[in-house]
Amino acid sequence: MTTKIKDSLFKPLKKIVVEQYGIITSNRMGVIGLSFLLFFLIVAIFAPWLAPHDPWEMMYDVNEEFASLRSPSWEFPLGTTHLGYDLFSQLILATRTTLLIGSVSGAISILIGANIGLIAGYYGGKIDELLMRFTDILYGMPFLPFIIVLISLFGRHLEFIILAIVLIIWRTSARVIRAQTISIKQRQFIAAAKARGCSDFRIIYRHILPNVMPLLLLYAAFNIAWSIITEASTSFLGFGDGDTISWGGMLYELFLSGKTRVAWWWFAAPSICIILLVISLVLISRAYEEVANPRLRKR
Amino acid sequence: MSNNRVLRVKNLNVRYQTQQGPVHAVNDVSFDVFQDEVFGIAGESGCGKSTLIRALMRLLPDSAEVTANEITLSGQNLESMPERRFREEVLWSKMSLVPQSAMNSLNPVYRVGNQIMEAIQAHSSKTNAQARERTAHLFDIVGLQPDLMDNYPHEFSGGMRQRAMIAMSLALDPGLIIMDEPTTGLDVLVQERILRRIREIREEISSSIILITHDIAVIAEMSDRIAVMYGGYFMEQATAIDLFETPSHPYTLGLKNAFPSIRRKGQELISIPGSPPTLIGECKGCPFWERCPFSVEHCSNETPAIEKLAQYHEVRCFRHKDTPQLRELASKKGTWLSLD
Repeated sequence: MTTKIKDSLFKPLKKIVVEQYGIITSNRMGVIGLSFLLFFLIVAIFAPWLAPHDPWEMMYDVNEEFASLRSPSWEFPLGTTHLGYDLFSQLILATRTTLLIGSVSGAISILIGANIGLIAGYYGGKIDELLMRFTDILYGMPFLPFIIVLISLFGRHLEFIILAIVLIIWRTSARVIRAQTISIKQRQFIAAAKARGCSDFRIIYRHILPNVMPLLLLYAAFNIAWSIITEASTSFLGFGDGDTISWGGMLYELFLSGKTRVAWWWFAAPSICIILLVISLVLISRAYEEVANPRLRKR
Repeated sequence: MSNNRVLRVKNLNVRYQTQQGPVHAVNDVSFDVFQDEVFGIAGESGCGKSTLIRALMRLLPDSAEVTANEITLSGQNLESMPERRFREEVLWSKMSLVPQSAMNSLNPVYRVGNQIMEAIQAHSSKTNAQARERTAHLFDIVGLQPDLMDNYPHEFSGGMRQRAMIAMSLALDPGLIIMDEPTTGLDVLVQERILRRIREIREEISSSIILITHDIAVIAEMSDRIAVMYGGYFMEQATAIDLFETPSHPYTLGLKNAFPSIRRKGQELISIPGSPPTLIGECKGCPFWERCPFSVEHCSNETPAIEKLAQYHEVRCFRHKDTPQLRELASKKGTWLSLD
């Protein structure tokens, strides 16, 4: 009995993983993206063990001198801040926050966006009108004032930053998935499924969803990338969670210290990490885009 | 042909609301389908055949307005049945469909067998293994290798997909199977094989079939009774033999002329000049009167009523009493050319 449950649960899961892995690795760019992403993931998971120092500890060098604003050296691989914090340790621990925010808000936003897109596209009419006008209202919402209001209401907590990012980001995926749903629901096999007596729920989630899946995964990757960028900019503007450390937050500290012109190493490391992570996600989404749009494939 | 009635439709009308005005797609259509028979509906493209069966299966868009005096399927009144009950109790289990362009009617991301299993499991409490077994049996009935069940639709040829759709329509032993152009778009050999298969299936199971096609040859070969549809109306309804031996409606006569006979070699085919009406706006009179060489004055402003000529022979024409004379005139090319 238990093996049966295991089989019914893990076999499809295994199949999905193998299939998705196949899609990404069939594309060289996808392989590069996946390896960067895995690298960041490993760093994030093992961050506390990988970081050589406490990120909030003032460092002293071998000569017992206060290590303020040191450029990269053997002792401090990525240099230090003006308060003597080790940037390498900060960067490693920040990977965790950034990936957490990215994946959580990416996942929630695609969940909301996909459902709203599928329902609006499938039912059409008044439901479509209602949901899409709501989406339009969110399109008109300027991001920064929105997040400032949200944070001044609830405080600078990670949950509210994620909430703010999600509320802004899902709109594009909803629109795109709605458009694709409208195109797919007019195909013959949906009419055939209806004739077979399938319920609306079944048609939406069993017949239309798998057909929009490549597009959905593409937008999931986009959403994660956008969440990371958005988190970085909110942190940079000082709306980040003060208790955690993120790449954007590191840049904000640099900005506050006023040492931007001096400490090139301080902005180089987090910036490069943001760029690499976003690029890796874009490369992965490109691998999916080739599935969704075969014309991009090389012959 | 037994007298057990499977489907009875009385005075069915379908209107579409469009920006150019209402489209009268199906007008005052009444017919019965008896047990074990093939009821053919013939007509050119756009005459309302597909709308008619979609109205029966409730697959029309919301812009369509369906009215009927009676729709009964094996004694059950379908008209007043709520949507949900109709979907769960009638659709597919009592009335199934082999859709037009069955080639595109399979979801490309699912294995063919799973889609048939879905149809089975949506209407019964069969386990996966039971549904799978049933599907294998269905594949066997339509002449497909049961081990093809786990293939995807794109791995099937057109004819195979068509057979898979026929297998799906048989899944729940429905009393009535509607086949909408089941052989259109297939080459002649595959078409012949599918038709032969349908004929064999008919002998094995006890379902009635409504066969819809614009191909007169197919309908003549397959049907027990035939209705000829034009401009949303059933112009003539008769047993297959009667319809070809004693056609009575000018449109049927015209169709017969346009269809090659293998017995009379070298005979020139005569087509009906003009094209079918658009069905937009209020339709007045007989829809065929403009193309009809025998039209009389009131044809253009009065819709003819159905006249019963024999037990199963009905015609919708004012001049049904002059048929023998019309039949002779209709076989001459000049009669039709005089219209141009």
